[in-house]
Amino acid sequence: MDNLTRRRFLTLSGVTAAGALAAGATQVHWSDLLAAAVDDPLPSDDSVLVVITLYGGNDGLNTVVPAADPAYQKARPELAYQPDEVLDLGDGLGLNPGLKGLKGLWDDKKLAIVRGVGYPEPDRSHFRSMAIWQTAAPKSPIPTGWLGRWLDATGADPLRAVSVEPTLPPLLAGATTAAASLPLRGLALPKGAVGTAYAALGKASPGEGLWQAKAAKSVLDLQEVTRVLGTAVKTGRERAEDEDEQRTQGASAGGASQLGAQLELIAGLIEAGVPTRAYSASLGGFDTHADERGTQQRLLTELDTALTPFAQRLAKTDRGKNTVVLVYSEFGRRVEANGSDGTDHGTAGPVFVLGDKVSGGFHGEQPSLTELSNGDLVAGTDFRDVYAAVLQQVLGTDPGKVLAGHNGMIDGLLV
Amino acid sequence: MGWLKIDPGSWSRADRAETIGDMTEISEQAAVRRLNDRLGFGPAPGEPALGFEETVRRLLGPAADAAAAAIAPPTGLAPPPRDKENKKADRQTRTAQERKLTVWWLDRMVAGRTASERLTWFWHGHFATSNQKVRNAAWMLAQNQTQRQHALGRFGDLATAMIVDSATIRWLDGQRNRKGSPNENLAREFLELFTLGIGHYAEKDVAEGARCLTGWVLGKDGKPATFRRQRFDSGTKTVLGRSGNFDAKGYAGLALARPESAPFVIGRLWFRLVSATPPDAATLARLQTAYGAERNVKSLLTAMVGEAAFRDPASALVKQPVEWAVGLLRALRLTPGKLEQQEQTKLLAGLRGMGQLSFRPPSVGGWPSGASWLTTSAGVTRLQLAQHLAGLSDLGAIKSADAAADLLGVDGWSARTKAALAQVKAPAQLVAIAACAPEYVVSG
Repeated sequence: MDNLTRRRFLTLSGVTAAGALAAGATQVHWSDLLAAAVDDPLPSDDSVLVVITLYGGNDGLNTVVPAADPAYQKARPELAYQPDEVLDLGDGLGLNPGLKGLKGLWDDKKLAIVRGVGYPEPDRSHFRSMAIWQTAAPKSPIPTGWLGRWLDATGADPLRAVSVEPTLPPLLAGATTAAASLPLRGLALPKGAVGTAYAALGKASPGEGLWQAKAAKSVLDLQEVTRVLGTAVKTGRERAEDEDEQRTQGASAGGASQLGAQLELIAGLIEAGVPTRAYSASLGGFDTHADERGTQQRLLTELDTALTPFAQRLAKTDRGKNTVVLVYSEFGRRVEANGSDGTDHGTAGPVFVLGDKVSGGFHGEQPSLTELSNGDLVAGTDFRDVYAAVLQQVLGTDPGKVLAGHNGMIDGLLV
Repeated sequence: MGWLKIDPGSWSRADRAETIGDMTEISEQAAVRRLNDRLGFGPAPGEPALGFEETVRRLLGPAADAAAAAIAPPTGLAPPPRDKENKKADRQTRTAQERKLTVWWLDRMVAGRTASERLTWFWHGHFATSNQKVRNAAWMLAQNQTQRQHALGRFGDLATAMIVDSATIRWLDGQRNRKGSPNENLAREFLELFTLGIGHYAEKDVAEGARCLTGWVLGKDGKPATFRRQRFDSGTKTVLGRSGNFDAKGYAGLALARPESAPFVIGRLWFRLVSATPPDAATLARLQTAYGAERNVKSLLTAMVGEAAFRDPASALVKQPVEWAVGLLRALRLTPGKLEQQEQTKLLAGLRGMGQLSFRPPSVGGWPSGASWLTTSAGVTRLQLAQHLAGLSDLGAIKSADAAADLLGVDGWSARTKAALAQVKAPAQLVAIAACAPEYVVSG
């Protein structure tokens, strides 16, 4: 669907209104929203957020590398990059040689690197730490993701957030609304009697159990998502995975592959003007307990070769210029190498924020390599400070509605 | 991800529930269907209608699963010798080996008559290991056979076998963990995901545990892992409050002996086989008694299905894609291994598209659950696969919604689904739509 504006979408979306009702929203609430959109449509220059999750715990010290620091060289002699190998960023830091395209974005002042990002009392479990990042709740487990709560707080519309992974990441699950997910090969539902019959399965049935009601709701959502997004997706993008031994060395902590194809799909959706404000993509394989250097550089190159053309493509359109990309991982890795030429689970790491609206350069302090806590880096910036900035300045939402009890925000991250 | 459980919120009563005193429970017929769903892969067509106790005996009784055992495991799974010149041929060989393995297990699941295959499937998700990194179908098969051998036996035997299993070791870098240079990966996940759960150990236990697990090296050409004393750290380790020269078996024993281990293991089984709502304290106490000092899985399951919660209408579970597809294959009397190559490829692509292929869990944390399977993406694939499979089966006799319900073994259709099914006439279309109905996608 070409240049579908949010206003036109809302005017057309009778079915989604029923979806919001099934999810527990009131009719008044929805029609208020609908009326507001007709009277006062959202400007077409709405900005868009793309969140890329690196699963497995990306080694921050070999991503933004303090190559000249003797403490760095001493802690991991086999793994360390030399100053002449990294791409100089100033401040005694350099990017991993796999990130050549990102270095170009840095030089163009379109890449912000937030250093030493983490949270108090770091957890070294992949699953717990990823849950903390995705739910934005470091103290006690909660069942909603931070963008899921943003969905809940801003009109309970599954189309406002889209995942291009096969299963929905927790960051996109709200209490009443879950984001839509799109397969890389596109969405197409059958027409004719089968299509009609399938659509009829989406109706709520009085008295049915919670999970059956959710299953029916997912059929309803699918009709709507296919109608609005289906044609924006080119089909047949899924490729055979390139799985050699080095690529899969750190794969035990999850995450997707084919980041390039995921981002291509997202770029197409953004350019088509679909009403989605937040996207989620992921890359796995960063759990580098052994033979880290080759594996991580390979993965960072994969990130770079996916992200660089994506950023270049976005820079060519007005909608694209309003897109901000956030790249994070659940933790960094231990400062000192283990005995397998790898690193075990650690704490703080860098977060990348890129796009035209970003204030390029370093933000936050580089963690000390000598003042460690149990052998790990001490975080100087809370990840929720980064979320707060993108919630306010990219998604235009009061961060207090999503990050209850957290008041910090990074200043000057976005223009 | 399995670690984020969506809040079940307020439960509503299923429409076919019966009220006995102030206690609501599903009908006897629905309880039997639930047994078949939860301890098997759905009812087998043509199965004589058994009562609840008889069905428990069929699933959990002493009889071995002859139907599944008759399907011989694949051979020729040893990884191809390294050939740097011909990476493409190498990849094709590995892909073909994994496919043989995957289809073999699907065939067993379709044929299985006892709870053995279903519990093997559970343990595969519990000790989740992916051939993506292991890259050795022979080791994946060996791990699968070990999980099957202990599927209904003693959990301690299974956990102790898993900690020195070749595929597990390769998956969690155990072969890189040696005296003087520990690697924590396996030691951590063993406590966090396999035996104790998060919060029941300290970082120091992980570091000391890694020392206990040193000494293991992988075999060549698909041979099993072996212990090398010179790589083992024989010093004193302090783990979970005890000190001694513990090895892998000792480490497993320390974890299993912790009081938190039984509730953790029982909770994981309950979550996948009974309900996303954890058992209450009294129920948990009864289940711990059944599990016992022997850590007996079969006794535990027998107790679980006897609990009132097992008949609670709210104890509904979203079927995982493999469970859904195997149930449908059974109902349609299709054997994956006997399908044409092209049809088989579509089946495997459908499972991958829904997000679940055996031997390929997304991470060591296993597969997600509940609403994670109800994505728009999975929905499209589910319908395509249902249409494809229904088209391969002879369904001439299926001419009504009721016949489709009988075929799939669902308790009955809601007015919504009846109205949907009334839109289609062709038997294959009727069955495909029925298979995508909430009443079939969810084990109610």
